[in-house]
Amino acid sequence: MRRALDTKQKVGRWAINGVAGAAMAYLFAPVFVIVLFSFNNPEGKFNIVWSGFTLKNWANPFSHPELTDALVVSLQVAFFSTLIATLLGTCIALALSRYRFKGSGAVNLFLVLPLTSPEVVLGSSLATLFIARGVSFGIVTVIIAHVMFQVSFVAVTLRARIRGFDWSLEQAAMDLGATPRRAFWKVTFPLILPGVLAAALLSFALSIDDFIITFFNAGSLVTFPLQIFGASRVAIPPQINVLATMLLMGSIAIMVVGLIIESRRRRLNTGSERKR
Amino acid sequence: MDVGDPVVKLENVRKQYGSFIAVHQADFAIGRGEFFAMLGPSGCGKTTTLKMIAGFEQPTAGQVFLEGEDVSHTPPHKRNVNTVFQQYALFPHMSVFDNVAFGPRSKKLPEAEVKSRVGEMLDVVRLGEFAQRRPAQLSGGQQQRVALARALVNYPSALLLDEPLAALDLKLREAMQIELKRIQREVGITFVFVTHDQGEALTMSDRIAVMSEGRVEQVGAPVDIYARPETLFVAGFIGSANLLPGTIVSSDGGGTRVLLLDGTEVIVAAGNSASSAALSQGNQVTVMLRPEQVVLGGEGAMKVFVTDTVFQGSSVRVVGRTSNDTEVSAIVPAGTSVKAPSAGETVSMHWHASAPYVLEGWPETAGSTSTNVDSIEAAL
Repeated sequence: MRRALDTKQKVGRWAINGVAGAAMAYLFAPVFVIVLFSFNNPEGKFNIVWSGFTLKNWANPFSHPELTDALVVSLQVAFFSTLIATLLGTCIALALSRYRFKGSGAVNLFLVLPLTSPEVVLGSSLATLFIARGVSFGIVTVIIAHVMFQVSFVAVTLRARIRGFDWSLEQAAMDLGATPRRAFWKVTFPLILPGVLAAALLSFALSIDDFIITFFNAGSLVTFPLQIFGASRVAIPPQINVLATMLLMGSIAIMVVGLIIESRRRRLNTGSERKR
Repeated sequence: MDVGDPVVKLENVRKQYGSFIAVHQADFAIGRGEFFAMLGPSGCGKTTTLKMIAGFEQPTAGQVFLEGEDVSHTPPHKRNVNTVFQQYALFPHMSVFDNVAFGPRSKKLPEAEVKSRVGEMLDVVRLGEFAQRRPAQLSGGQQQRVALARALVNYPSALLLDEPLAALDLKLREAMQIELKRIQREVGITFVFVTHDQGEALTMSDRIAVMSEGRVEQVGAPVDIYARPETLFVAGFIGSANLLPGTIVSSDGGGTRVLLLDGTEVIVAAGNSASSAALSQGNQVTVMLRPEQVVLGGEGAMKVFVTDTVFQGSSVRVVGRTSNDTEVSAIVPAGTSVKAPSAGETVSMHWHASAPYVLEGWPETAGSTSTNVDSIEAAL
């Protein structure tokens, strides 16, 4: 009886590991291919068949100026839209978790809408609005479009992070003579900062990556995803893979640094588990 | 009661949330250097009253005075009072030193003075060597003392403590009671202390305000509140009391004779009554006898059927019922020649002539046995 159970458990464990492994492979295989093909030495204009290892793509990552320009545009858009969206989203998250006010239910609903509506709908309706208002497309419209969906992501993730925040800390600060402003900057803000940074990182990635909404609102502006899509019919240079790998490594680096800082803070702020 | 030099004064303070009245009419003063407790069961309005002194709540009506100044609508950061929060509310991202320095730095004191003040206050609470630790690296009792230092370093007019010992275990709580008293003596600051634990209030405070359902029932020294409660609530809430309902037979300069529901007649010495009690013949009153004031055994008018005995170390608590089912208890010292009766026995209960104390009205549970009321009515 006991043996049988053991065998059953063994099979179960094996199955779980197998499924988990397959899922990981499914998730990471494309990423691996992208990184791998940045070292490819393609014959012709399309970097889609493995034809030998080379470092020359990495030696000249910026040899296609139109690609590099597009990447710079994307980084600019992401920087400004993330800044604006993080600021607004943080304010919304704070207001929603702190106060019950008239219309907070409606705000909640409107927050989720951009997350659940199809991007085609969001992008095309925003484009219609810009055209109707006579706004000419360019970097400003793209930033506005990105802020629109980033705000929701920032507010929703941050609100989840600061659920259970001890607001009596703010009371304590004011009790000790701090003005409401000082209480916020000295007590509340440092404590929610990791959550704000995590939300900002997420929304930065979403901006760099966005295609559909950008496509509707870019006009003649070319972002990195638009450039790759447009060029892919005539050429897929390995520099795409190189720049993509750089982006990937950049975001991994930021995440690792974030995790290290976070775990150090947590160790300091919560102490080692204490027995009562 | 008059306080010579009031630091905190509440005048007819009322707090209402919608139709719910949290505090009805708080009207008392707290003197300089006093250790003052607000005591009552949860929901009695004591914490709301404290918050109105701190400035986190504003009174619906009435005024709060601090050092003679009307602060009823002054925000907390402009009031010279500080609070020790129930869960301490220490800033987790700051060291102990920075926590304590938060107040002085908010007031923009020069850093040199901040340093000396914080150091001095950490010495008072005996945490000097922990200055660079984070709150999470300290024990509950140490965190409590950081919270104290953080509040006291501002030399407030009054220190407000919201159930400060509730989060500690029993041993630590007892140690902190003594510690709090020592710190209060050392700094000489008025402490206003909210608690639901009557033992804590009795042992620590100079004066107590007993509250119930938003009303201040009585304000007085622990000894007075224990021996001379003004209301039945205070009598029942502070310590344990045998509350025996009855009716006044006669009252004159020599004392008051009360016929209890079980048929026993009790003579209450003159002056042994709540000032509010009207002692005219026929009035419904309650005679209070503290368990330590009654003696079991021998011959006495009152018969008690013993239901339970509880050994408490230095004494035995004997619980029983009178003939009309009123629960009574008595404390019998252990380890003496007096032997406590055991459950199932019926014994007599008697007391010193000066012990009975009379209050107006009947406890809520009294009078449910209508037959007894009828028999008393008949006897009159």
